[in-house]
Amino acid sequence: MPRGILGRKLGMTQVFNDQGHIVPVTVIEAGPCVVVQRRSRERDGYEAIQVGFGPTKEQRVNRPLKGHFARAGVAPVRHLREFRVEDSAAYEVGQILGVDMFRPGDTVDVVGRSKGKGFAGGVRRHGFKRGPMAHGSKYHRGVGSLASRAGARVFKGRRMPGHLGAERVTVRGLKVVEVDADRNLLILKGAVPGPRGGLVSIREAKATRREKV
Amino acid sequence: MVEMVKLVEGKHMKDAIPEFRPGDTVRVSFKVVEGGRERVQPFEGIVIKRRGSGMSETFTVRRVTYGVGVERTFPLHSPRLEGVTVLRQGQVRRSRLYYLRERLGKAARVKERKR
Repeated sequence: MPRGILGRKLGMTQVFNDQGHIVPVTVIEAGPCVVVQRRSRERDGYEAIQVGFGPTKEQRVNRPLKGHFARAGVAPVRHLREFRVEDSAAYEVGQILGVDMFRPGDTVDVVGRSKGKGFAGGVRRHGFKRGPMAHGSKYHRGVGSLASRAGARVFKGRRMPGHLGAERVTVRGLKVVEVDADRNLLILKGAVPGPRGGLVSIREAKATRREKV
Repeated sequence: MVEMVKLVEGKHMKDAIPEFRPGDTVRVSFKVVEGGRERVQPFEGIVIKRRGSGMSETFTVRRVTYGVGVERTFPLHSPRLEGVTVLRQGQVRRSRLYYLRERLGKAARVKERKR
């Protein structure tokens, strides 16, 4: 059964593995999450569970959401996300999901919102090469040619400067290094999208990566 | 938030590390895996720098063997680091002793610090 949980990125550090090698890790405060709603094939066309995470104040919740929480009989939460499951009937509304669903050694995918980088040029946004900064060059960090003259126009999809970051990013195949169920901490090898304090959803890896030797 | 990260680090950190600083002469006992078995390899020399903080702190030890300068950097909290013994305390006026690299023999000495 696919597993998933919501969490908050706390920051990165490093730990040593059993061989004494340094492993870069991200610490995530994951869960406890509550099941707020079930989606079924008959009613919604797909199977999923809606999961809530993070306490919030009563006054921060608008009326429609208040009703939504009241129907589920759960306390209001700050974030709601859905996770696809094979059979939503296996879950109960109000059920609590904790980090203990993961074990060290599991592989997971992490979805988050990347840090916003504002309006960025082609070099930073698309990895274009820049021109010489001196020796009489007047071409420094510009985009260069947009197309050939024969097209007589700029084709759609031309990579240009624009807004970078603050978008949904999925990082696949991260290894679970440690699980601390008492403190709701999940420690993953590698980096995770978003700033410290950002919401991330963690689910079982969809594809398993070949073991690196 | 950061406190929680520190907490995770704390579990892996060493609690008993002798005080030493750049200029000190130390003997480092470091475990190495050699042909499938572990043994302790000592390394002796002058500490030329300490960098980083918390879990990621490292220090570099320099020694000259057979006329060749050897520098090794150790993670302070590595489980393979058995221990550090301070053999001699040095009196130095900077935190990075890179100037020792350009010196040989007598010129590469560090004055002893009086307690």
